[in-house]
This record gives sequence, C-alpha cells and structure tokens, in this order.
Amino acid sequence: MMDWTTMAPAVSAAFLSSLVEAVEAMTIVLSVATVRGWRPAGLGALAGLGSLVLIVLAAGPLLNQVPLHALQLVIGILLLLFGMRWLRKAILRAAGVIALHDEALTFANETAALREQARHGKRLDWLAGLASYKAMLLEGLEVVFVVIAVGSGRGLIVPASLGALAACALVAAVGFAIRRPLARVPENKLKFSVGVMLSAFGVFWTGEGLGVAWPGADLAIVVFAVLFLLVALGAVNLAKPSSRRKEAV
Amino acid sequence: MKTVIVNVLRELSGLFIDDGLFALAISAVVALTALITPVTPLGAGLTLVAGCLGVLVANTATAGAAAGKRPPP
Repeated sequence: MMDWTTMAPAVSAAFLSSLVEAVEAMTIVLSVATVRGWRPAGLGALAGLGSLVLIVLAAGPLLNQVPLHALQLVIGILLLLFGMRWLRKAILRAAGVIALHDEALTFANETAALREQARHGKRLDWLAGLASYKAMLLEGLEVVFVVIAVGSGRGLIVPASLGALAACALVAAVGFAIRRPLARVPENKLKFSVGVMLSAFGVFWTGEGLGVAWPGADLAIVVFAVLFLLVALGAVNLAKPSSRRKEAV
Repeated sequence: MKTVIVNVLRELSGLFIDDGLFALAISAVVALTALITPVTPLGAGLTLVAGCLGVLVANTATAGAAAGKRPPP
C-alpha cells in the first residue's frame, strides 16, 4: 500500500500542472466556440483527446521495454529542462521582466484571428476545429508528459493520472459554466509552484538515473522543492530591473 | 501537411527549450554530474543540485539586468 508521503508530491504536481494546461487549452476552445460554435470546438477537442489516448496507449508498452535507469535518466533530464523552463519564466514574470500570461488577451487575439479568417472566405469550421485540436493536443501532451514523468517506474501512474483528470474536469466544468476564459486563475503562482515541483522531481530522477543514492530516498524530493522555492523567491528579487528595485527603496 | 508536422515538432521542442543557453547550461551541469558520479556519487548529487540552482539564478539575474538596461518606452 503506497503511503501519502510518496503519492502526494506526484499527485500534486500532476494536478497543478494539469490545471494550468487545461486553462490554456480551454481558452482556445472557448474562442473557437465563440466564433464558430460548439460543434467545431467540441469535435476538434475530442479529436485532440483521441490522439492523446492513442499516444498514451502506444507509449505505455514502449516505456516498459526501456531499462529503468535509462528511463529515469531520460525522463529526469526532460523533466529538469521542462520544470526549470517553467520556473525561469515564472521568476521573470514575477520580477516584471516579462509580461504575465493574460488569458483574456489570448482569448481576444484568437477570436479576432478566427474572425479575420472568416472575412477572407477561408474554410472556417475546418480551421476552427484544427485550432481546437492543436490546443488540446499540445497542452495535453504536456499533461501526459508530467503524468508519465512523475508516475512511471514507481507505480504512481494511476494516482498521477487521476490528479490530472481531476484538474481537467474542474477546469472544463467551470469553463462550460461561465463560458469565459478563466482569467482570474493565479496562473503565474501556479506555474511557479509547478516549476518548483517539477524541477525537484527532475533533479531527483536525473540523479537516480546517474546512480546517485539520495539520502532519505523520496523525502529528498521535498528537500529539493524547498531549496528551489527559496532560491527562486530570492531570484525574483535579483531579477527585478534595478530601476524598480530603486523605486522600492 | 509538412508545415503542420514541422510546426508541431517545433512546438514540442519548445516545451523543453526556449532559451538555448539555459538548456545548454543545464545539460552541462548534468554532464559534469555524470563525470563525477563514479568518483563520488554524493558529491555528484550536490553538484547537480547546486549547479541547477546556480544556472537558474545566473540566467534570471542576467535577464533582469538586461531588462533594466533597456530604455523605457
């Protein structure tokens, strides 16, 4: 029986990262639905979901063939690149170096682009469905990657998948209910937290893949997460342009 | 069709790399860790942790400094 100290980090990472990706996918699907209706939006999203299921069904047996240490190392390095990329961007957004991601603006831009295509007489339903498909596929691939990365090799694929599905269901339910982009979700705080967690997982897995026996085993992930959090918070202050730091003084 | 595939592959690679130097620095830390592991596994682990944290701080501080030097609009 798996204890919660082992499951909690994986399930939390899968839930929170899926929350962010689901919000971004929902924004695109909503913009398609607004311009062309729910039929192309829904069909595109379902087709994207179907592609994801096929990818997971194909990748699952393939991953089982890979030796564990090699799998840990490859997934660890990819997770490190992915997580630290998210954390780096979240730090720079928090420091005001780059703009915060604005779902309302994304929604407005996507909607305007689709309407512009209609003015040029292009096959709008097909293009709109394709936009919905692409959003679902690309955001969904990130979710699948995180679930596989935090869950594989330790029997946590099912709990991590349930965490991811719960997040997607929550976002879908809220999105359908309010029919507007979820602009009030604190996206950068979520990305900051997810970046911290995935970076911690990435360091842990990369080390294990290279043959490092981390003291405390799985508890080392929590220690790494705390380290990344503290350093990242410090990095926000360091990254603030000096003019803004002078104003603060 | 080829353009769609190229775009999808570009988007997929973008999931892991958007700042080339940042990704290269992380890869260098991992490579250094791999070299040290046979000699001292725990030392290698510390190198990995400290190296990744160092790359993160250096990259974000540099980006912040570059942003600070840009003239206001």
